[in-house]
This record gives sequence, structure tokens and C-alpha cells, in this order.
Amino acid sequence: MNFKQPGLLFVWIALLALLSGVFMGTTAALQFIYPDFFEFLPFFKSRPLHVSLVVSWIFGCAIGGIYYYLPKYCQLPLFSPALASLHFWIFVGTGAAIVISYAAGQFGGREYWEFPPVLSIPIIISWILFGVNFFISAFRQKTKWPVYLWMWGTGIFFFLYTFIEANLWIFSFFSDNIVREITIQWKAYGSLVGSWNMLVYGTAIFVMQKISGDPGVGTSRTAFFLYFLGLANLMFGWAHHTYIVPASPWIRHLAYFISMTELLVLAKIIWSWKSTLSQAKKYHHQAAYQFMLASEIWIFFNLTLAILISIPAINLFTHGTHITVAHSMGSTIGINTMILLASVFFILQGDPAKQADHPAFKSGIWLSNLALLVFWWSLILAGYTKGKLSFTTELSFQEIMDEVLPYLMTFTVAGIALFMGIALIVWRALPGIYRLSRAR
Amino acid sequence: MGKQLVFAGFLVVFFAYSSIVYTIGTRHSAGQDHFGEQARQGKLLFQQYNCISCHQIYGLGGYMGPDLTNALSNHENGEIIARAYLKAGTQKMPNFNLTDEEIDALIAFLKYMDRSAYYPVKDFEISLSGIVDIKEKK
Repeated sequence: MNFKQPGLLFVWIALLALLSGVFMGTTAALQFIYPDFFEFLPFFKSRPLHVSLVVSWIFGCAIGGIYYYLPKYCQLPLFSPALASLHFWIFVGTGAAIVISYAAGQFGGREYWEFPPVLSIPIIISWILFGVNFFISAFRQKTKWPVYLWMWGTGIFFFLYTFIEANLWIFSFFSDNIVREITIQWKAYGSLVGSWNMLVYGTAIFVMQKISGDPGVGTSRTAFFLYFLGLANLMFGWAHHTYIVPASPWIRHLAYFISMTELLVLAKIIWSWKSTLSQAKKYHHQAAYQFMLASEIWIFFNLTLAILISIPAINLFTHGTHITVAHSMGSTIGINTMILLASVFFILQGDPAKQADHPAFKSGIWLSNLALLVFWWSLILAGYTKGKLSFTTELSFQEIMDEVLPYLMTFTVAGIALFMGIALIVWRALPGIYRLSRAR
Repeated sequence: MGKQLVFAGFLVVFFAYSSIVYTIGTRHSAGQDHFGEQARQGKLLFQQYNCISCHQIYGLGGYMGPDLTNALSNHENGEIIARAYLKAGTQKMPNFNLTDEEIDALIAFLKYMDRSAYYPVKDFEISLSGIVDIKEKK
């Protein structure tokens, strides 16, 4: 790999993280049904591995895209490619340390960031490096920033803030009151997802603008109005995660009214873009376009679900069920992953191999999306069954899970198919990114 | 400049809002008299053994095992059952070879949790606006 292309290094390693993350996800799903499966890496280790690898995919690919696009397409040379390379090696080194800590059974035990808290330090340092590089590079822009530069900057700033916020539990003022600790933990997580959405959706708008050739996509008043709506959502729309936690009621009332508008924001932008795109241009960038189209469909599904479960009267019954998992999986795979794969294949347009015409690519995109549809509905039906039985019967947890089992078996089979579909896509992308890094 | 001002305004409101959430917004007192040194140790053990990967608190966490918010009061012999599970594991839960002191600490943490809130919520009122009024522990 060419070390002068830190963006491509990030994308390449992120694709590997995606493949490994989805593999660990299928392993964890099988352990749900057969607890003895893959015994040397039990569920309490395989699940955090799955989560951390998938989160690494999302952040790694978004970061790589930004490092690659700034000099190549925005005429904004990186302030320091060396700093970006250092960022990359901290990313890889910390990732390796996290994987080793999970395998060794060393945990910090906080959902989603389950590694020992000391590993938060290099993560914070690496994001400071990223922020320095991004802002100094972006402030060289003489004209007004398009919305995607705003979104990338906002994503970097709020990742740093919310990641530090997620670690406040190390202070007794926060950890000695479980309601305070859990509320702030989920406040941080909700906003942190908002920060990665800023990075990913900013990438989506950038790719859409370049494909369409219409600079208005990233500079219109509507785009900025929707950006600020998304920002409000990032800041105040997190509390649907904690409607049940007995914090002050006004926190959930405020979140109820502004929750989940962010997906609506993107749906509108993508819809406007699609209508202006000529058929010939669509064909030329077909691989990236196909992923954007898939993300558009998933936005519709997940937006509907998100709005429903952010209504407290519905959330009461869906909270703590697999419907929440359907929402998070649908968003991370259907929306974020599809957008980021669009970014990967947009980068690959310079690769001489015709990615979109290859049968493996076509099979991969169809298999992954159809499998995800079955996967998503299985989780919704599992969650519906669990919620209904929890409120209408006196069945024990195990008896309820026995009723849910057929849906989880379907979910697992769909998960294996999803892994195969994503593997086909990643298999096509990895050599292309490698060739591209060698060619320039 | 207009966009920068709007962004700065958002940021000021956000930091003020966060400060309120950190303090009076989360000043919950139910069960706090049960949070002593032993419960604190139990909470750290809960994290050290990554219990949240499989279990939930207030419905937040993994789905392999049951929610533990009211694990001790959901059954007549809740504490005895919990101690047995912690001592030997189950078909799905590994035996972590916990010491008696560790089990006592985890039970102290679960007692604290149990007194902090109800989950799942069975006593509630739903208004026409969709807002739910939940009965809270005092």
C-alpha cells in the first residue's frame, strides 16, 4: 500500500473491518441459538468484537473518504499527510489492542465501548490529530464552505465531545447515581451516532454532488436548513433511548418532538438529487449509484420505524425488544454501510476494472439487500412477540425466548446470507482500492 | 457569517442543556441509600465481566439473558436464584468462578438497581399526545 495515500489506507482497512465485523455478527447470532458454538470465543466476547469492528468500518471508511476527497476533489491539500498517516497507525494499533483485550476477557463493560477505558486515550488523541488536519486544510478554502464540509467538521467536533462525555462515568459524581450514569451514557451514545451520521451523510452529499455535477446539491439554502435540523437532532434528540430511565420527564418530552428528523433530512436531499440526475450520468457511475439507491430505500424503511418507536406510547412496548435492534441494524447496514460502499465505489471509478458489470458485484448487492430485508423483518417480528408476551402474559424470560426462537433462527440464516453478499462486494472492492493506491 | 452565528447559538444552548442534564435533570434519589461501597464494587464487577453484553438494565443492553433491573424482586426467592446463577452459571451463562465476596458485591449492586426503578413498566398512563406517565419508585 502507498503510505502517501492515508485515505485509501483507511478505506482498505475499514473494508477488512466490515468483513470481520459481519463475520463476528453471524457468529454471535449462531451463539444466540447454540450457546456452545465457537466455545473459545463466547457471546460476551463475540458481541463486542462484532460491534467494535462494525463501528471501525463506519468511522474508518468515512475518515478515509474525507482524507481522500479533500486534496483530490476539493482542491484542499492536506495540512499534513504525515499526521494523517500517524492517525492511521493509531487507529490500527488501538483497534488491535481492543481486539486483544476482548479475546483476553479484559473489559470496561460499557455497552458499545466495552474495552478498558485506558484505550480511550489513543482514540481521543487520534481524533484531535484528525480535527487539526481537517480544520487547517478546510480553512484554506477561499469560498464559502459547502454543506458537506460543515457536516464533516461538525462530525469531528461532536465525536470528540460525545466520546469524552461517554467516559465521564470514571468520575464518581456520575457513576455513583445509576440514573445519572445511564442517562448520560445514552445521551453521549445518541449524539455520537449523530456525529457519525454527520460524517456519513456529509459523504453522501459530497458523492451525490460529484455524480450529478450540480454544485447546488451542497450549497443550497435547503441543504443548510436541513443540516441545522440534523444538528438539533444530534444535540437534543437522543432521549428516545432512555424514555424508561427515571430522569426528569422534560428530557424525554423534548426529545420526543425532535427525534429522528435527521433521516428525513437526508431522504429529502437524496430525493432532490435523484430527480436532477440524467440517465447517462447514472449509468456511468452505476456501482456508486446502486448503493445510493439502496440507501434511499432503507432510509424510507428505517425512517418509518424510527418515527414509530420514538413515540413514547409505542416505545413503552418496543423498548428492550429486538425492534430496537432492527432499527440500529437497519440504519448501520442499510443506510450507513450502503452510503459508505457508494463512497468506496465512487473512489473506484478511477480503477480500470468495471466493478458494476461484474456478476459477483451484482450478486453481492442483491443478496445483501434481500438478506437484510429478511433479517430486518425477523427482528421486528421477534421484538413484537417479545413485547406482546411481556405485557400480556406472566411467562418467564426463557418461555418468552422460546416463542421468539423461530424468528431468531430466520434472522441467523438471513445474517449468514448477508455476510455472503457483503463478502462478494468487499471482495470486488479490496483489490481495486489496492490497485488505486499503487497507481497514484 | 450568518451560519456561523446560528451554529454558535446552537452550541451555547447545547452546553447549557448538557449542564442541566448532568445535574438537576438526573438528580434521582430512589435507591440511593442502598448505594454503598459494596454496591460500587458490584457495579465495577458488572462491568469487568461485561454482563451488559447479555443482560439489560432499564431495558438497555444485550438480549441473551433477562433484564436485571428488578431481578431480585421479580421472584419470591430472587436473591437465592441470583446467587445460584452467579455461583454456577447456566446453560447459556458461563461460570465465571466468582468468589463469595464478588457474589455479595454483585447482589448489593442488584439490590440497589432493584430499588431505583421498575422495569418493565407495568404501571403507567398514556395521554392522547402519546406521552407516557410512568409510576416511579420513591
